[in-house]
Amino acid sequence: MSRIGIDVGGTNTDAVLVADGKVVAAVKTATTEDVSSGVKQALSDLLRGAALMPAARKLEAVMIGTTHFTNAVAERRALDKVAALRIGLPANASLPPFVDWPADLVNVVRGSVHMVAGGHEFDGRPLVPLDRAAIREEARRIADSGLTAVALTSVFSPLTDECEREAAEILKEEIPGARITLSHELGRIGLLERENCALLNASLQSLAQRTAAAFVAALSESGLDVPLFLTQNDGTIVHSGLAARYPVHCFASGPTNSMRGAAFLSGIGDAIVVDVGGTTSDIGCIKGGFPREANAAVEVGGVRTLFRMPDLLSLALGGGTEISADGRRIGPRSVGYRLTSRALCFGGDTLTATDIAVAAGRIALGERDRVAHLSPSFAESGMRQMGEMISDGIDRMKTDAAEVPLLAVGGGSFLVPEKVPGASAVVRVEHHAVANAVGAAIAQVSGEVDRIFTGIGRVQAIECAQAEATQRALDAGADPGSVAVLDIDDIPLSYLPGDARRVRVRVIADIADFGERQDETNFG
Amino acid sequence: MSRHITGHDLECLATGSWILGTGGGGSPYSSYLSMRNYYDNGGSVELLDPGELADDDLVAVLSTMGAPLVFQERMTDPAFALKPLRIMEEFLGRRFRAVMTVEIGGCNAFQPLLAAAASGLPVVDADAMGRAFPEAQMQSFAIADLKMYPHVVADIRDNDVIVARAATWQSLERVRRKVCTEFGSVATTCQAPRTGAEIKRHAVLHTTSRAIALGREVRRARAAHDDTVAATLRAANGKLLSRGKVIDVQRRTTEGFLRGTTRFAGLDGDADSIFEIAFQNEFSVGWRNGSVAVTTPDLICVLDSVSGEAIGTESLRYGQRVSVIALPSPEIHRTAKGLQHVGPRAFGYDIPFKSVFAEDKEEIVA
Repeated sequence: MSRIGIDVGGTNTDAVLVADGKVVAAVKTATTEDVSSGVKQALSDLLRGAALMPAARKLEAVMIGTTHFTNAVAERRALDKVAALRIGLPANASLPPFVDWPADLVNVVRGSVHMVAGGHEFDGRPLVPLDRAAIREEARRIADSGLTAVALTSVFSPLTDECEREAAEILKEEIPGARITLSHELGRIGLLERENCALLNASLQSLAQRTAAAFVAALSESGLDVPLFLTQNDGTIVHSGLAARYPVHCFASGPTNSMRGAAFLSGIGDAIVVDVGGTTSDIGCIKGGFPREANAAVEVGGVRTLFRMPDLLSLALGGGTEISADGRRIGPRSVGYRLTSRALCFGGDTLTATDIAVAAGRIALGERDRVAHLSPSFAESGMRQMGEMISDGIDRMKTDAAEVPLLAVGGGSFLVPEKVPGASAVVRVEHHAVANAVGAAIAQVSGEVDRIFTGIGRVQAIECAQAEATQRALDAGADPGSVAVLDIDDIPLSYLPGDARRVRVRVIADIADFGERQDETNFG
Repeated sequence: MSRHITGHDLECLATGSWILGTGGGGSPYSSYLSMRNYYDNGGSVELLDPGELADDDLVAVLSTMGAPLVFQERMTDPAFALKPLRIMEEFLGRRFRAVMTVEIGGCNAFQPLLAAAASGLPVVDADAMGRAFPEAQMQSFAIADLKMYPHVVADIRDNDVIVARAATWQSLERVRRKVCTEFGSVATTCQAPRTGAEIKRHAVLHTTSRAIALGREVRRARAAHDDTVAATLRAANGKLLSRGKVIDVQRRTTEGFLRGTTRFAGLDGDADSIFEIAFQNEFSVGWRNGSVAVTTPDLICVLDSVSGEAIGTESLRYGQRVSVIALPSPEIHRTAKGLQHVGPRAFGYDIPFKSVFAEDKEEIVA
């Protein structure tokens, strides 16, 4: 069995073919404006070599990780205007939807804002009765305005989704063609952060649909008749149809894939991973091959969100990082993807981190003669400073003082020193430059539940959460026979009455046979 | 001197009050957002110098109480902050001249501003703690043995409770906690009304303007890439106790409090030293290499060494680069009576209080 993993980054589109647990082919191409022709190019390059390999013939699926949706938010483009409906008055009246958004993004995304009475308490009691008449009235207003992207958020909906579900039914009746995002399907406790997540998701829906359709077209035009999955923030995948409904789940798939890929390539499941690119170094932590999740708010394009995201530390240090002439200032500016025209070793005029590494003899890139004027002590001092930045970042990401292996991946990983304090070893692997595509190729399907249960015992609460998580995995395309529990967390909330506990269950599974797969894929 | 609070003051108050929260008090973020929204729509709030209160003016002492988790879904807004005040006025048959907060540390720094936004009343530049403390009897009004009733606990719906009488501050605390739970673990309060004379004599004065000035200095230093911790020390006459990184955090929730300890390994000038702090919602006692280095009521604050932003007891985590600093406590906390309420023994530590700011003087034993 084999799979193709593709990572569509801001600069490069990488693709790998993984067969029987091994990387058998890997290619790197430039990302294109329309995204899909870059994917087609990568597939064609990959398959040209791979077609000859018998192991590659039983292709199971294609997995794509993309930063496209994150970039759309960062660049404020291709976003839909959204109608925000919040259920929870009389609470929070002075903090309407979009209240903490950057003004430029509000201008692009805010269609209209609607607030009605309803919502729940933390223990499941209604806050006040749900105002169904008001919801219908607001729904009609939304319909009249012509908006179809709607984000729906109710107070304490992660505990009970009743209000959001009921309101969604009314919205569907009143707004033809409505695409409704329900906040409880995405976020956790924290009304504004969860609502922000729903608003972003709603604004990305048509872009997500177009992108998923373009990927599907790229596959079929490449002669591949296999299911397409998109990779998510937690290192798992969803069928492309479902991914188009939850684009926010794909926000951080790039760094996640590279961490998972590093774990797979090294065979080490518990480690710190540093992925050094052209402009930044992303540092994360993996346990059992999956990234540690952020517990605090994560900003996306200046918007605070709180949902399933990897815990990442991003340093402004990469291969293209600009260095001042005296060597004292490192970054934060970077020549980025223009490295091969701007860096000294490639005949450019800018001193970069890569030039320092070339001068120090750490890597052979461009022409070493062009950096011959940099003295060995200058180069060594630069390498030491950059090494300290990385070591410092790694220490910040650790959860305790025990030594852990450090996996160094990415095109700029030559900046990572051979010895890092607190790391038991610095591990470098083959194919490290395409670790993100490898991470995409090996991804599995998951289902997660994170809820507060009250009034039932611990065992029952966990059982309940597990059943729900399993159902979510099946919805995402899991093979029912392969569902396994990945982790269970339960925390008693002793400052709340009624035996309240927060239970989090995550299950993982292989992808189901979609029945449309051919045993012998025709590479045409 | 009275003056208007500016939009920039709001940001500064958020930063400054979070530092004075000494690890607790709840994040002021959503209350700050609410006020920013009010200012963006043309609103403004007046800060009243306590010296301008007439002795018989009546001042409403306000707060939000409840579980931090619930605050994340049900945030306090102007109308809710004002509600218990109006109920108190009806009960007393008298109108309030101004509003003030019970504690300047954390989210409650914004409580009177929210009420002011909904009523136009001025905010008295004072509080009853000079920081954040976990329990009602730790107020300066309790240390002064002032009356603790009547006390209004308001719900967002039409459920409101007036505690008409209470035997002790502790029994008031127990009654209102039960009421708060029934309201969904979030309530706003209007505490026993205070006269202008009582405030001038027994409140901790000028704490709102001090919190704003503190926050302004930190934000200025941050923008100028100066040392934010040094700026904090300058602005609040503080002392640096240790620069280090978090190497351990232990937390447990008991009796509605977040208790625990955290340890820091010294960096730079403090290399080879270990600093440990115990907390009960707020930081209470610090040890350097096993010896007591600082105790409540000195304010113990943990700041991010780079941004100068305060770090709360619930957001401490391994690897953070932090500076532990002490700020001087209000005079009242350092009296023998004050130490009974807020000294180390009030938090269960059988150690004498010795202020880091009075090293040459006689130690005061509670």
